[in-house]
Amino acid sequence: MSPAALNATALNAIAPEVTFDLATSSVRELNAALHQASDGSNARLWRVLNPEGRHAIAAGVDAPISIEIEGNVGYYCAGMNQAASVIIRGNAGQGVAENMMSGFVHVCGDASQSAGATAHGGLLVIDGNASARCGISMKGVDIVVKGSVGHMSAFMGQSGALIVFGEAGEALGDSLYEAKLFVRGGVKSLGADCIEKELRDEHKALIAAKLEAAGIAPGSVDLSEFKRYGSARKLYNFHVDNADAY
Amino acid sequence: MLASMLCVMTGRGPDSAGFAVYGSGAQDKVKLSLRAAKGYDFNALAAGLSIPADGMPALTQRATHAIVEVPAAREAAVRAFLAAQHPEVTVVGTGARMEIFKEVGLPATVADTFGLARMSGTHGIGHTRMATESAVTTAGAHPFSTGADQCLVHNGSLSNHNALRRALTREGISFETENDSEVAAGYLTWRLKQGASLGEALEAGLKDLDGFYTFVVGTENGFGVLRDPVACKPAVMAETDRYVAFGSEYRALVDLPGIETARVFEPEPATVYFWERAQ
Repeated sequence: MSPAALNATALNAIAPEVTFDLATSSVRELNAALHQASDGSNARLWRVLNPEGRHAIAAGVDAPISIEIEGNVGYYCAGMNQAASVIIRGNAGQGVAENMMSGFVHVCGDASQSAGATAHGGLLVIDGNASARCGISMKGVDIVVKGSVGHMSAFMGQSGALIVFGEAGEALGDSLYEAKLFVRGGVKSLGADCIEKELRDEHKALIAAKLEAAGIAPGSVDLSEFKRYGSARKLYNFHVDNADAY
Repeated sequence: MLASMLCVMTGRGPDSAGFAVYGSGAQDKVKLSLRAAKGYDFNALAAGLSIPADGMPALTQRATHAIVEVPAAREAAVRAFLAAQHPEVTVVGTGARMEIFKEVGLPATVADTFGLARMSGTHGIGHTRMATESAVTTAGAHPFSTGADQCLVHNGSLSNHNALRRALTREGISFETENDSEVAAGYLTWRLKQGASLGEALEAGLKDLDGFYTFVVGTENGFGVLRDPVACKPAVMAETDRYVAFGSEYRALVDLPGIETARVFEPEPATVYFWERAQ
């Protein structure tokens, strides 16, 4: 067993709270320790200090533990997350929570492009803005962005919900499948096959449920202000008249 | 600070690195950034450039590069002399204040070789390369000079660089490498020669340059940033009341003073940004 792995075993066996300082330890050591965590680990709360924009922090965790990261993270933070609850007290680089399967990821600042890309499940909450391609190819994740999202968000989104309190950039929901998009502010343009749809009570209930899961107090947001966008379902099958839209 | 920004990027591996530093300048003088093979006798070259009226031009050698300061009025004559008599020497840039250094190797080693940490100036631009379109050579390293006191660094790749290189060659722009970024620099040079401002040249580039890119351009008074409309390539800015900094990723900025409280944001795609220092 490598020293890092030994260390990981020891950390999981003893303390209920573990503090990991990336100024003195490597991301590899941190992730090795996190990958050893399981349902039965004593260590339930992991605090990560001095992330300083390093990449792949807490990627691939598969245990119901809490991870609190104190600062800005680089690319692919909490990627492939399963079951863990990850709080980033700072900004996140590209691909935060990409391919998340379940669990909860909360970015207290802004997120760079491709936040929640291809994620199958779980909840991603971004307090600030998310840039381009937020929720690209989302496959079941719910994403709540309290700021605005950039261009090409929810591109080819298959399922899950993207809820945006602010505005959306160009080509929202391009080539959309069945992901549900709710935007409170303006949308610069809709992508191919994405259309505005009626916001009915069932959709308000859905938004309310997601916001509650995100820890947003019921009643603090006027749900009727959201507009709903979804697929026109015209690009599902090839039709020669749509050739320009592919 | 620029050195530490580059050194953080050393973790991405060895290829090449380069930087432009805007230091002090003297009235009516122009600095030529020259590059030659290791061990080259720049003193002999400078002696060859001296004329009775001015004596020997000021020379600062840093490893394979040297900065030669000549009267601005003599720049064309010196360039012609170098081109005719010293093909072994390359002029990598000129300007009243700009100095350019670039070399292959780990960014930390390159910064160290040239003593970047000990240089001073109002602003500077650094680049660490991961070559995709052309060979790893010193000539292929960034920054590329686009004109007096102007340089360009590029992250991305251009798909129409061959056609554009041919078109620009016909317009009288010369190229040293097969590098796509050099074509972007040549394109800006051409637009500027036609009378466009740097901002206008970059705006025109949105139409004429096909591919993906984040450009940073250095000018005597500041620098500009442009991302392609799709914004594939990352870019992050940090602003405080003391400085403005650009990086491809936040990791490059972590050693900057006060970064914890800086305004950190991503520049919008297809938007030309400029920051100029207070005069």
